[in-house]
Order: sequence, then C-alpha cells, then structure tokens
Amino acid sequence: MTIRLYILQRATAVIMAPLVLAHLFVIFYATNRGLSAADILGRTRGSIGWGAFYALFVLAAATHGSIGLRVIAAEWAGLRGRRLDILMWGFGALLAVLGLRAVAAVVLP
Amino acid sequence: MTMHTTTHRRNALWIAALVHRLSGLALACFLPLHFLAIGLAIDGEARLDGFLKWTTNPAVKLVETVLVFLLAVHMLGGLRVLVIENLPWRPAQKELATVALIAAGLAAILFLARAM
Repeated sequence: MTIRLYILQRATAVIMAPLVLAHLFVIFYATNRGLSAADILGRTRGSIGWGAFYALFVLAAATHGSIGLRVIAAEWAGLRGRRLDILMWGFGALLAVLGLRAVAAVVLP
Repeated sequence: MTMHTTTHRRNALWIAALVHRLSGLALACFLPLHFLAIGLAIDGEARLDGFLKWTTNPAVKLVETVLVFLLAVHMLGGLRVLVIENLPWRPAQKELATVALIAAGLAAILFLARAM
C-alpha cells in the first residue's frame, strides 16, 4: 500500500467513525418503531442534511472498502500490479455508483 | 528447513487484527446488496415496503444482528488501530481489544432484543 492509500484509508476511517455511530443509532431507533418505507422516506425525502450525510458515508465507505480489499487481495491472494489496481478501482466504482443511486432513491422527492 | 510456528495465533491482538480484517471483508461483500436493497425505493415506496416486510423474517433478523455486530466490531477495532498508530503506546492493548469485542456483542444483543 502506498503512503497516499494508507492516509486515505485512515482519513476515511476517521470520517466514518461518527457516521457509523449515527447509523447504528438510526438503525436502533427505526427498528424499535417497526421499519416501514413510509417511515424511512418520510425522514429522508427532500432532506439536504440526510442526503449529504449518506452521500459522504457512501463515498467514504467506497474509498475505505476498496483500499481494504486491495490490501487483503495483495496479502492473502498474492495479487500484484495492474490486477490490484483494477480490483480496487472496480470495487470502489461499484460501491460509489450503487451507493449514490441508493441515496438518490431515498432522498430525491 | 523453515520452521513454521503458529503460537502467535493464540495472541489476543493477532485475533483482534484477524477479526478486524474478516469483519471488513464481510461488510465489503454485504454493502453492494445493501445499496441494491435501498435502491428499490427508486421504483416506488411499495417496492421498498415489500422488501422490508421480507426482513421481518426471524432468520433475516439473525443475519441483521450479525451485521450490526460486524459493523460495531469493525468500527471499534478501527478506532483501536487509530489509537495504536497515533497516540503513545499503552500497555492495555489487549484490554482495549476485549472492550471493543464486548461492546460490539452488546450492541448486537440489544439490536436483537429490540428487533424480535
């Protein structure tokens, strides 16, 4: 792992720590009330705050997860060079696209 | 001849590092499915509601409990790594790892108690 990837991995971890904590609180709160689409969408639709929260969460998770996968693929599967880059960028792009699509699905009116 | 020892695998901090890696790998596998499920709302509220009704199945609740545990243990394990790397060394590393594991377990049990 290069220094740049190492710093990005740690920086996204620091960004995500409070986001994960908030996400866990939302999960606990929503589960207690009984989860319904109306509840979820009533909270998120048209909300700039929740949109920004989840978009930041998705981008940080896509960055963090793809770098983590790169490290595991290198250490456990022996992947090297271009294959590692393709895996990291491919997985990161997949998470970013699916994640931002999900954010749009629950935030856009 | 190379001697291969596995005694380090009984060390609490080695286990903590392994748990951190495996929980991260499991979350990476789960995330695309999570995003696809939430993305169902693009086709309307009814589509998402249909999926949410399916998640009331007790077997799904158990899987969700495991996911809550994985998310909590990965976050707390990550905070432990950040503490090790950025703050002065503390002798109580094993205790920190144990606290992370217990707190994640408690979060998962609390989730299950509320969900069931």
